[in-house]
Amino acid sequence: MSSDRKNNSLTDTIWNIFSSVKLAVVVFSIISLTSIVGTVIEQQAEPERNIKLLAKFVGENFAPTAFRILNTLGFTDMFRSWWFMSFLFVFAANLVICSLDRLPKIWKVVKEPIKPLAPEIFSTMSIKREFVVKGKPGNASEKARAVLKGNGFAADVREDSGAFQLYSEKGRYSRLGVYVVHLSILIIMAGAVIGMIFGFNASLNLPEGNVSDIAYKSESMQIPLGFEIRCDNFDVSFYDNSDTPKSFKSRLTILEKGREVIKEREIDVNSPLHYKGITFYQSSYGYSPSKDSIFKFMVTSNKGAKEEVNVKFGETFAIAGSGVSAKVIDFSPALAMDESGRLYTYIEMMHNPAALVEFSENGQQKYRQWILARLPQTWKVADGTVEFKHLWGAQYTGLQVRKDPGVGVVYLGCLVMTLGLYATFFMGHERVWVRFSEEKGGAKVFVAASANKNKISFEHKIDKITKELQA
Amino acid sequence: MDSSQFFGISGIAYILAMVAYIAYLVFRNSAVGIIATTITAVGFVSHTMAFFLRWKEFYEIGQMGILRAIPLTNLYESLIFFVWCLILGYLIIEWKYRNRSFGAFITPIAGMALAFIDISGMDKNIHPLIPALQSNWLLAHVTMSFTSYAAFAISFATAMMYLVATTDDKKSAGYVFWTVALGIFVSVLLAMGIDFLVFRVAVSSPESFLKSYLFKATYRNSSGAIVLGSYLAAAALIFAIWKFGHVLKNIITSFSLSPDVLDDLTYKSVAVGFPIFTLGGLIFGAIWADQAWGRYWSWDPKETWSLITWFVYAFISMRDF
Ligand code: HEM
Repeated sequence: MSSDRKNNSLTDTIWNIFSSVKLAVVVFSIISLTSIVGTVIEQQAEPERNIKLLAKFVGENFAPTAFRILNTLGFTDMFRSWWFMSFLFVFAANLVICSLDRLPKIWKVVKEPIKPLAPEIFSTMSIKREFVVKGKPGNASEKARAVLKGNGFAADVREDSGAFQLYSEKGRYSRLGVYVVHLSILIIMAGAVIGMIFGFNASLNLPEGNVSDIAYKSESMQIPLGFEIRCDNFDVSFYDNSDTPKSFKSRLTILEKGREVIKEREIDVNSPLHYKGITFYQSSYGYSPSKDSIFKFMVTSNKGAKEEVNVKFGETFAIAGSGVSAKVIDFSPALAMDESGRLYTYIEMMHNPAALVEFSENGQQKYRQWILARLPQTWKVADGTVEFKHLWGAQYTGLQVRKDPGVGVVYLGCLVMTLGLYATFFMGHERVWVRFSEEKGGAKVFVAASANKNKISFEHKIDKITKELQA
Repeated sequence: MDSSQFFGISGIAYILAMVAYIAYLVFRNSAVGIIATTITAVGFVSHTMAFFLRWKEFYEIGQMGILRAIPLTNLYESLIFFVWCLILGYLIIEWKYRNRSFGAFITPIAGMALAFIDISGMDKNIHPLIPALQSNWLLAHVTMSFTSYAAFAISFATAMMYLVATTDDKKSAGYVFWTVALGIFVSVLLAMGIDFLVFRVAVSSPESFLKSYLFKATYRNSSGAIVLGSYLAAAALIFAIWKFGHVLKNIITSFSLSPDVLDDLTYKSVAVGFPIFTLGGLIFGAIWADQAWGRYWSWDPKETWSLITWFVYAFISMRDF
C-alpha cells in the first residue's frame, strides 16, 4: 500500500480528516449551535411572527433586514435546508470512516481468544496480586478453578515446567458494542432518508358522511390515496362540566372501487388506522354544518314507547302514541347563557350542542324547549323524554395522512441502538490470569487482570476472588 | 392533609438539608452531618407520600383510570419527580460510599429546581389529560427522561467535585472553568433565593404567584441600578470563588474522596443516564410522537434540545478515545 501513498494523497488526506474524532466535535458543535438558532427562530412560520421576535433582539428598525438575511440563509426552515442536510451528511460520513478506520484493530482483539500470559508480563499488568498458598501448584490451581467458576469465569489451564496457569475472559464481543451503536445511527438516518424520498405528509378534513380519494399536502397540492376513505362518524367527549376534550374518535371506512375493505374502524388520538402503507391519524376536528345534517334523538313517550328518530332541521317528528309532534327550529353548537340570561353561542365548535325543539298538538303550538346533548336534565319535556344523541354530518374529522416507508427502518435502528448501548455500557471485556508456581512450603500465586470498563468495580471483584483464593 | 402540603414539607426539608450539608462540609462536625441526612430522609419520605397522594387526587378528578393518573403529565409534576429521583440517587450514593460530602453539591441542584418551580409561576393544578397525553409510551418517556436527568445532575455534581479536587493552579483551564461554573451556579441560586424572599414571602395574594418572578428581584429588576448591582455582585462572587477556590479543594480532599472515586462515579452516572435517556427520552418519545401525530421527529424545540443534550453526552461517553 505504501507505494500508492503518493497517488492517493488526496484520498488519504480526506480519510484522515474524516477518521478523526476532532471533526466529530466540530460537526457536533455546528449542528448543535445552528439547531439552537432553529429553536429560537420559529420554523416555517409567517414572516411577521419572526420579525416581531427579531425586533426583541436587534430592534424594530433592523428586524426586517435581519429577517431577510436569516431567511436567505435558510434559517426559517433550516432543518430542511441544503446546508443542514450537508452537515448531517458530513456527520454520517465521519461516523462511517471513523468506525471503519478503527474496526480492524478492534476486530483483531475480538477474534482472538485470551491466551496465557508470559510469566514476566504479570508484574506489568495494571491489576495484579501476589501471595502464597498452601499445597502443590497443581492442587491449588484445581481449587482456584472452582473459585473462578463461582465468580463467572470458566478458566482454561496451561501447564509448563511445573507451573500452572489459569486464564479466562468474559464479554469479549462487547467491544463491538460501540460499532453497533454507530451503525444504528446510520440505520436511523437511512430510514429518515427513505421516508423523505418515498413518503409524504398530508392532511384531510373529512366531514361525517363524506368520502375522499385524495389528501392535501398543501391547499393546492393533492395526493391521490389510491383508495377511498369515508368518515362514518366523529365524536368528541369532554370531561364533566368542562370543555377539555377527553377523547376524540372517528369511525372510518376504507373503500376499494366502492367495496368496503375496512369497515367502520374506530381511531383515536393514540391509535391510528393503517392501510396499504398509509396511516391516518386523528389530529383535529371542526364544525362544518350543512342543511343535510341529521339530528339523532331517542324519543320516549310518557307511556314508555321508545323510538329512534333521525330528522333534518325543520322536519317534523311524532312522539309515539301521544298525538304530539315536534321539530327543531333552532340550533347552537355551543350554547351558553350570559349574566342577563340571554342565550348565545360561545364557540363555533360542537362543544355543547343544543337544539330548540317546538312541540305541537292538533296543529297548535304547545311549547318550546332547548335540549342540550350534554345535559340530561334538559331532555325531559311535558310529553315525554327527548334524548339528544348527536347531530350527525355537522362536524369534520381532521386527519393527518402519512406515508413513511422508512419508519420500520428507523425503529430497527432504535432497537439496534438499544442493544449496542447495553453492550457498551453494561458489559465489559474482563480478563483474569492466575499463575501457580512452586514455592517453599506451598504455591506462589500471581493474579493479573484487566478490564476495559468499570475498572474500579472490577478491581473489587478481583479483591474478592483473591480473598477466596487465599481462604 | 393534601399532596401540596407534603410537597411543601419536602421542599423545606431539602432546602434545610442543603444548608446543613454545606455547614457539615465547612465545620466537619459529624452531628451536623447526621442531622443533614435525617432532614433529607424526612423530606424524601414526605415527598414520596406527596407523590402517591397526588396520584390519588389526580385519579379522583381525572376520570381516566389509575394508570392515566400518574402525576407526570406537566412540567411541574416532572420537575418534582426529577427532584425525587435526584434525592433517591443521592441517598443511595451516600449510603454506598459512606460519605456525606456529596450532599453539599447535590442538594443545591434540588434546591434550584424547587426554587424554579416556586418563582417561575408554574401551574401546579391538576388537569385532566388531553387525548394526546393518554399514552403508555408517554408515561415511559417521561419517567425515563427525568430519571436520566437526575443521573446527569449527579454526574454534574461529582464532575464538579473532581475538578475541585484535581486543580489548584489558578491559571489552569480546569480551575478557571470550575470556579466560574460554580460561581454562576451559586449566583443563580442566590438570585432565586432573593426572588423567593422578596416575592413569595412578601407578596401575599395568591393570584400573583401565577406570574413569573424569576430574577425579577435581581438581574431582571425594573431598576437599572439593581440590575447593574446584581451583575457586579455576581462577578464579585465568581472572582471570590476563583480567588479562594483552593480552600474548597482542601475541604474535599480531607473527606478521603479520591479523584478516582469521583471520576468513576461521574462515569457511572453518565453510563446509567445516557442509555436511559437514549431509550426513554429519544426513542420512546419518538414512538409516542409517531403514534399521536404521525411524525417520529419534527425538529420542534423540545426535540431539538434533547438531541443537543444527547450529542453532548454522546461526546462525553467517547472522551476516552
Ligand atoms: C451522536 C452520535 C454518536 C453516538 C451516540 C456515539 C456513541 C458512542 C459510544 C456510546 C461510544 C462508546 C463509549 C464507551 O466506550 O464508553 C462511542 C465510541 C466511539 N465513537 Fe461514537 N457516537 C456517536 C458519533 C460518533 C462520531 C460522529 C464519530 C466519528 C468520529 C465517533 C467516533 C467514536 C470513536 C472513535 C469511539 C471509540 C471506539 C473504540 O473504542 O474504538 N462517534 N461512541
